[in-house]
Order: sequence, then C-alpha cells, then structure tokens
Amino acid sequence: MSAAISLLWRDLRLAMRQPGDWLTPLGFFLLVVMLFPLAVTADPHKLALMAPGVIWVAALLSMLLSLDGLFRQDLEDGSLEQLLVAPASLPLMVLAKVAAHWLQTGFCLVLLSPVAAVMLSMDMAALPTLMGSLLLGTPVLSLIGAVAAGLTVALRRAGALVPLITLPLMVPVIVFATGSVQAAVIGLPVAGYMALLAAFLVLAVTLIPFAVAAALRIAVGG
Amino acid sequence: MWKAIWDYVQRTVSPRHFYDIGGQWLPWLWAVAGVLLTVGAVWGLAYAPPDYQQGNSYRIIFIHVPAASIAMGGYVLMATCGLISLVWKVKTAEMVARSVAAIGAWFCLIALFTGAVWGKPTWGTYWVWDARLTSMLILLFLYLGVLGLYSAYESAASAGKAAAILALVGVVNLPIIKYSVEWWNTLHQGSTFVATARPTMPPEMYLPLIVMFFGCYAFFGAAVIARTRNEIVQRERRTQWVKDIVRKESAHGI
Amino acid sequence: MAFDSFAEFLAMGTHAPYVWSAYGLSFAIILWNVLQPWLVRRRWLKEQVAQLKRDAREVRKS
Repeated sequence: MSAAISLLWRDLRLAMRQPGDWLTPLGFFLLVVMLFPLAVTADPHKLALMAPGVIWVAALLSMLLSLDGLFRQDLEDGSLEQLLVAPASLPLMVLAKVAAHWLQTGFCLVLLSPVAAVMLSMDMAALPTLMGSLLLGTPVLSLIGAVAAGLTVALRRAGALVPLITLPLMVPVIVFATGSVQAAVIGLPVAGYMALLAAFLVLAVTLIPFAVAAALRIAVGG
Repeated sequence: MWKAIWDYVQRTVSPRHFYDIGGQWLPWLWAVAGVLLTVGAVWGLAYAPPDYQQGNSYRIIFIHVPAASIAMGGYVLMATCGLISLVWKVKTAEMVARSVAAIGAWFCLIALFTGAVWGKPTWGTYWVWDARLTSMLILLFLYLGVLGLYSAYESAASAGKAAAILALVGVVNLPIIKYSVEWWNTLHQGSTFVATARPTMPPEMYLPLIVMFFGCYAFFGAAVIARTRNEIVQRERRTQWVKDIVRKESAHGI
Repeated sequence: MAFDSFAEFLAMGTHAPYVWSAYGLSFAIILWNVLQPWLVRRRWLKEQVAQLKRDAREVRKS
C-alpha cells in the first residue's frame, strides 16, 4: 500500500517538473470546445443543446491524447520492468499510476469544465451535474485507457490503436454521463444516473487493474 | 489418475490433433454449408411469400439475422477461447481465437451492410441510430481493436495473449454496452419505429431462416477450422510433423 | 414460387437494388472466406518448400 502511495507521489512530482505534458491536453480540450461554435453554429440555443455532448467528447479526446504516455516513459527508462519484478502487488501499483494520470488529466478537466460550459452557453443550472458526471466518468476513462496503453506500450506502430480500443468500451459511460447532464438541463432528477456512473467506476476500479497488470506482463515480458 | 486425464486432454487439444481432426471434418462442413446456404437463400429469395408491410425487401432478413447472430456469438466465442488459452495455456485455443476474430468481423460487416441496405426501403434512410444497428457498429469497432492488436504485435504468441485480454475486457463490457445503447435509444425513438424484431413469423418465413442459420454456422465452423489449420502449420513449421506435410505436398506438386 | 416470372424475381418488386446488393456483398464476403484459407495455404507451401531446399543446400555445404 505504501509502495503504491509513493509511486503516486513520484508520478505527480515528475509531472510537476514537466508541466507541458499535462497542460497540453487541457489546452487541447479547450481548443476542441472552441472549434464547435466556429465549425457548426454560434447560435447560443443550438450550442446549449450540444454542450453536454461536446464537452464530453472534448474531454475524451483530450484524455486519449495523454494516455499514450501513461507507461511509455517508464518503459523507456526501465522503471516499468522494475515494477513488474517488484514484490508489491502489480494491480495496486497500476491503480496508483492511473490515479496519478487521472489527477493530471480528468481531475483538471472537471475543474476546467465551467469554462467550457460558458463557451457553449450551457444552462448553468446543469453545471454541478456536468462536473459530477466528469468526476465519476473520467476515472473510468483513465482505467479503460490504461488497458489500451498497457497492451500497446511496447509496440512501435501503436498509434491509432489506443483510441480504437478505448472508445467503444467508453460508450456506456458517455451515454449515461451526457444523459445525466441533458436530464439536469430539463430539470429531471439525476440521482439514478450518478448512481449508475458510480457503479461503473466501482466495477472499473476493482477489475481493470488486474487486466492492465496482465497486459503489462505480456507487453513487456513478450 | 487426474494427471492421466489431464495429459489425455492436453494431447487431444494439441495443435497437431486439431489439424488432423479438423482436416477430416473440413470437407463435410464445407459441403453442408454450401448446400444449406444455397437451399436457404433460394428458398428465402424465391419461395417465401412477400411480407405484407415490407414487400420483398424483408428477404434480406435471411442473411442479416444469421450474420448478426454469428457476429455476436463469435465475439463471445473468441473471448472464451482467449480465456482458455490464458488460464490453461492451450495454444490451440489461442489460434482458434484469432481465426474467430477475423471471421466474426466479416460477419459483423455483413450484418451492418445488410441492415443498412434493408433500412433504405423500410425507413427511407440508409442509416438510423436504432439500438440494434448501433450495437452492431460498436461491436465492429471492438473486433477491429482486437484485429489491430494482432497485426501490431510482431510475435504471434504475444499477440494472442494481448488479444485474449482485450477480448475478455470487451466481453464483460458487451452486455453493459448493449444495455446502455438500448436505453439511449428509448430516449431518441422519436417517430422512427424499428420493425427489426418481428412479432410472429409464419413457417413459410422462419423455416428458410432456420436453414440459413444452420448454413451460416456450418460455414463459420468450416472457415474457422480452415484458418486455424493454416495458423497451426505456420506456428509449428519447425516441427517434424509439419515438415513431413510439406514434403508430402511438394511431392504431389503444388 | 412467390414470383410469377423470372423477370419479376429479379425485380423483387422495385426492391431489386437493395436485396441484390445485400445478398451480393454477403456472398462475395463468404466466397472470399472460402478462397482465403486455400490461397494462404498454397503460398505457405511454396515458401516452406523453398525453405526446405535452402536448408538442404546448407547441410550439403557444411
């Protein structure tokens, strides 16, 4: 457990030394959001209709951008192999790495989402629901993306594979997360949506680290 | 005693055994598939009565529904073989999984295309975001992810293990995805009524459908066995029994 | 027979392009999956025979 926490701290401190690595995806998020009024329509009513979905899609794309680096740096400097032979439980270490990744990406997106909501003229009454859905949904994205990143970490031409693998598996989260915000806009209760998203999160947190651990052993071990 | 049983099982599912037994089954499976598919298609196209509402376009059902069933079942089969290969280290299961991935993806494509084409005369548009078609499209992407992994890995053995993990993650997700797409669809029903689930079918219609089901499954079996045998001889090409096969075939002249 | 003539069968009551393109593509894919294993096996055998010949030459040289 303490090994996992120190791994978490280490990753966060490394990230602080290279702020560009985690700031770039956040900038990308805002850029994507900005593209929609430019490309589709600037009409506030139409933008408000699209807002939940657009914000979520932008969040997805932004997190996908940062997923490739989840394990790659560790592979390159050899610390990934160290992790694999370390006595600490690999799934727990995976959870620590994913948590560190999420704190740099998804968590920051939750904090940035009000800005995106304003840009898209979203009904501010739905903002808490938007932030809640992002808070519950982006960790799942980090976890599912970690499976894809783990499977492809040692491949040279993995390029488009990570999004291809991750996005279909994210469909349930997207459907219910955007559904919750749309319900909030209309004024319907969102407790059910939040409960379901929380259930997805619990399922992901308990099962996925094992899959990622297995994937890393294969990808690195060969 | 358990060791003896386990050894027997291991021998039976060995690549060589699968190759030999599969080779015996193959001509029969191809023949059965050919006959059933021809009979079923002709029956459905020419002899089944036209539908009261949809006219003759409903005949697409005879290829669409079996293909969709194989696409879904294929993914589950692929994940199961993946599980067997990971847990019990059965090489043959890994190779079967790879073949199933390829054929399953093709059938998924057939289901999508026939479903879309069927939609045009029925609902006036080639694509509609109903639960069935949307789930089938997501399934196609799930297949493509697995196939992408196979092609990206250089070592076939590692590729098999990685694909098995992805297939298992995907198969756990599959019911969740289906449920969420169906739920999402109820929000967006609007005026588009989807009639892909027929309430009752008279025998003149469901009999050719059953024939096509069996024909497609027989074809699926044959195609998977054929691909797997190729995979086996490629992976085991350094063994004596494979070299003997090569010598025998080359003596006949290729 | 659900149709009165072969011409009517082909026409599928104005739904011809849909029915025939659907079946056409499906059977093309099915046919491809019959051919592919056979083609792969043929190519593989040629490669393996060439490899065996090369191995035999190596043995004779040494």
